[in-house]
Amino acid sequence: MQLINRIIEQFPIVFPALNMGFLQTLKLFAITLVGALPLGLIISFGSMTKFKPISLLTRVVVWIVRGSPLMLQLMIIYYLPGLVGKNIWGGGESGRFIAAAIAFIMNYACYFSEIYRGGIQGVPVGQQEAGQVLGLTKTQVFFKVTLLQMVKRIVPPMSNEIITLVKDTSLARIIALQEIIWAGGAFMKSSHGIQGQIWPLFFTGVYYLAFCGILTLLFGYIEKKLSYFE
Amino acid sequence: MILEIKDLYKSFGRTDVLKGVSFSMEEGEVLSILGSSGSGKTTLLRCINFLERADKGQILLDGELLFDAAEEKTAKAKEIRKKQLNFGLVFQDFNLFPQYSVIENVMLAPKLLAKEAPDFKTNKNHIYEEIRHNAEDILDRVGLSEKLDNYPCKLSGGQKQRVSIARALALKPRILFFDEPTSALDPELTGEILKVIRSLAAQNITMVIVTHEIDFAYSVSDKIIFMSDGVVIESGTPDEVINNSSNERTKMFLQKLSEK
Ligand SMILES: Nc1ncnc2c1ncn2[C@@H]1O[C@H](COP(=O)(O)OP(=O)(O)OP(=O)(O)O)[C@@H](O)[C@H]1O
Ligand SMILES: [Mg+2]
Repeated sequence: MQLINRIIEQFPIVFPALNMGFLQTLKLFAITLVGALPLGLIISFGSMTKFKPISLLTRVVVWIVRGSPLMLQLMIIYYLPGLVGKNIWGGGESGRFIAAAIAFIMNYACYFSEIYRGGIQGVPVGQQEAGQVLGLTKTQVFFKVTLLQMVKRIVPPMSNEIITLVKDTSLARIIALQEIIWAGGAFMKSSHGIQGQIWPLFFTGVYYLAFCGILTLLFGYIEKKLSYFE
Repeated sequence: MILEIKDLYKSFGRTDVLKGVSFSMEEGEVLSILGSSGSGKTTLLRCINFLERADKGQILLDGELLFDAAEEKTAKAKEIRKKQLNFGLVFQDFNLFPQYSVIENVMLAPKLLAKEAPDFKTNKNHIYEEIRHNAEDILDRVGLSEKLDNYPCKLSGGQKQRVSIARALALKPRILFFDEPTSALDPELTGEILKVIRSLAAQNITMVIVTHEIDFAYSVSDKIIFMSDGVVIESGTPDEVINNSSNERTKMFLQKLSEK
């Protein structure tokens, strides 16, 4: 009972602070998508090109990025410039955000690229050939025949990946980005005049659950929209 | 002579698949191509339909050069496309566009093509109406007027193949090519496809049919060619090739088929 009373009492202070953190979480989430969705497509084309040096290079990059922990990549990108004598990020929140955004975009672009590749290669060549013998141009074949089939194929793996991204943003806490886990955790020591409270940290889970729930509904809707064929 | 194939060669890496294929046909004729698996029948159709580029040889349409392997490879995609439209190709495994309904599958290419017409902007509605009318008419002829708005995943194999025939017909090709149109179908469904092809033959549509259905080829064709190992080893009327062949390999092939 005491705990509940305390939560009710502290909630008006904690809630806005968590909202601020969640805003930062959302910003990282959004900028990662904006950067990684197109970059992933470029990387997937790179890995599929017939020009060997390019495809080999992209595959090695994808291997490195997917083969090592995102948390490590975050730390390397954030701390390495300082170690070699040039702290390009500065000490502030905006520098941490840019470093985090770069790490997340790189990491997720590599994951997305593999999903795109599967989607593109999964559309049978017969589809392209059928379009071709019907006199469609290459562009028409891509936009009128291949694209929607590719989108349909990649929606399930993409939704998985994007929901993982929501939760992965919390890794940015490792470089002290002030996202929601950071904001919640701050109350354990002292924040906004509240000391030694762990419930705000636990409460951040509600934000993740709600956001992932919304995304799940959204992707379910898209999947259903595309279920009329095949 | 509507079509003349002159000495086509095609290899993939070190595999020589076509080793000098020649044949010709008249307008309104039905020509069937027989031959054992791997003899190069599909490759031949793909070369004629510009899906592969022959290494050597020529293709003539109405006596005019349509393709010459000796010419530069840099032929513009646009020109190839224009030439391609003289022919229609029906694939063994249909290759319908799954995201489009039956009628949309048939209308897609004509609609895209219509956009290139000079009077498209002013006449759009009329042109589209005509395309739709034509598509409905063709689908009616292949017995699918009940299925216009169905998606391919809801159709039987035989119905899918009929849509794919309709889709090719909608562009009014000079010659329609079939690559084993019944091979992907359950035996009880082949009849409906053969019936459609027969009806097209009755309308004097020029057709080239790769098939293993000997009885069908015998009855529907004006001419049969027999391929083996990348060359035409025999050609003539159905009677000449099927009943009175003097060629050992043809005889062996026909015998094997009749044993099945
Ligand atoms: N793209 C390709 N790359 C390499 N080899 C190929 C290719 N396409 C066909 N071949 C080879 O060419 C030969 C002839 O193939 P093709 O498909 O033309 O024969 P087919 O007469 O149509 O046989 P089937 O009756 O089995 O359909 C085969 O040995 C095949 O493996
Ligand atoms: Mg074949």
